[in-house]
Amino acid sequence: MSFMERLYLPAIFKGMAITFAHMFKKKATINYPEEKRPFSPVFRGLHVLNRDEEGRENCTACGLCAVACPAEAITMEAAERKTSEEHLYREEKYAAKYEINMLRCIFCGLCEEACPKDAIYMSETFAPSNFTRKGFIYAKDELLIPNPVTDKEKYDIAKGLREAQLKNK
Amino acid sequence: MDLMAINLAYGIEKLLLIGGIITVSLIVAMYTTYAERKVAAWMQDRRGPNRAGPFGLLQPAADGLKLFFKEEIIPLTSNKTLFVLGPALAMVTAMLTSAVIPWGSSLHIFGRDVSLQIADVNIGILYVFGVVSMGVYGIMIGGWSSNNKFSLIAAVRGASQIISYELAMGLSLIALLMMTGSLSLKTIVQQQMEGGWNIIYQPLGFLIFLICVFAECNRTPFDLPEAENELNFGYHQEYSSMKLGLYLFSEYVNMFISSAVVSTLFFGGYDIPFVDEAALSLSLGANTVALLGFGALFAKILFFLFLFIWVRWTIPRFRYDQLMDLGWKKLIPLALANMLITAVVILWLNK
Repeated sequence: MSFMERLYLPAIFKGMAITFAHMFKKKATINYPEEKRPFSPVFRGLHVLNRDEEGRENCTACGLCAVACPAEAITMEAAERKTSEEHLYREEKYAAKYEINMLRCIFCGLCEEACPKDAIYMSETFAPSNFTRKGFIYAKDELLIPNPVTDKEKYDIAKGLREAQLKNK
Repeated sequence: MDLMAINLAYGIEKLLLIGGIITVSLIVAMYTTYAERKVAAWMQDRRGPNRAGPFGLLQPAADGLKLFFKEEIIPLTSNKTLFVLGPALAMVTAMLTSAVIPWGSSLHIFGRDVSLQIADVNIGILYVFGVVSMGVYGIMIGGWSSNNKFSLIAAVRGASQIISYELAMGLSLIALLMMTGSLSLKTIVQQQMEGGWNIIYQPLGFLIFLICVFAECNRTPFDLPEAENELNFGYHQEYSSMKLGLYLFSEYVNMFISSAVVSTLFFGGYDIPFVDEAALSLSLGANTVALLGFGALFAKILFFLFLFIWVRWTIPRFRYDQLMDLGWKKLIPLALANMLITAVVILWLNK
């Protein structure tokens, strides 16, 4: 080592200049709950079960999503639509029980791709929290999107910004 | 000082001053912990604590409360008396030094001259050295009474480090004392007000002193006694609750007092730079100037506190042999050379 290097102090001052300059650099952190990073149009968040414009459930309980799921997170039970239920379900067969275990789900989006009825759909909601494991098994009441006819406002929020972005393009 | 002068008013004045200085040191120490986290975050392109109160200003209170409410654990095999004595001693020795530091000139209140210094001891610097070397007992007793190998190693390291660096520290100050010819901190400050700051005459002495102060405070790059990743927090590994808090806190009080000592010895203490205090006190009044002087000292202290933090987040820790090498083979010869050169120059100028 040369004399200047052995002195050690010039290197220290150089280092201190670097750390001092870093104090004024742009911070990498964002204040999370107040600020959120913008999502990509293909972001895969928590699932929703979609309804059509008349507020009828799209899902016909074909089971393709459950088959496509590599984590085996989806289970469902099918039931037949009664004549008086035509305003509730779009198809003749519907999912009486539909559950996704969010602890198993890897958010790959294969269910979304497999669905022939455009029923399962990944939203922009993410980072769910719960006190128990059981709470992470989402049933139909957590998954179903709000009715667009009776509750338009909540429906739009659930659909998320992404839908609006896609429409604008 | 005449013994007859010790009357009630004098006692009250000193008690208030002691209370004030202890409160100020504790509050400054509290907010140094906050500043440390903030500055560390900024230097690493982060934001730092900003959740507790506006800008995270209540963070120190939250941290303190957390420490108070934590479970107090005293290990079964520890020496219980010494285990409790350790943090207390660390805290007390950290606070004691503040007694001889001149925090400002004097105020005129109710027709009395109130000196902003608790005790103008004529051996002020010796007192500082005496108390600082007591500080090692806090670490040593804490580490030894924990009855834990890591703590013991840390305590031994800490003791040898502080003893080694005290030598260079003392030698670097001898050069300064040869110039001032006085051990009283008040006299040293007054001389600097007339003849310019000591940093101009003793830059090398200042550098050595500063490095030794870092070592005495166990701050990075000399934080071997607590070395998180080698010794699991070293001497305070077995401590919990407020006993741990006192150890951590005494480090920050130490930093505050050391900054005050460095400012007093080398940066003119309560001297306001580029200003003639005597002329200013005619126009503004002596009390205002005294308070401004306190402000000036405080600004200098805050700068040194920032320097402590700045260095901590820049330089990695020394290895133990490097530490000893620097202390014994570099700093002590340098301090000796500095002392000899100063002595020769003083003799030459006098002739």
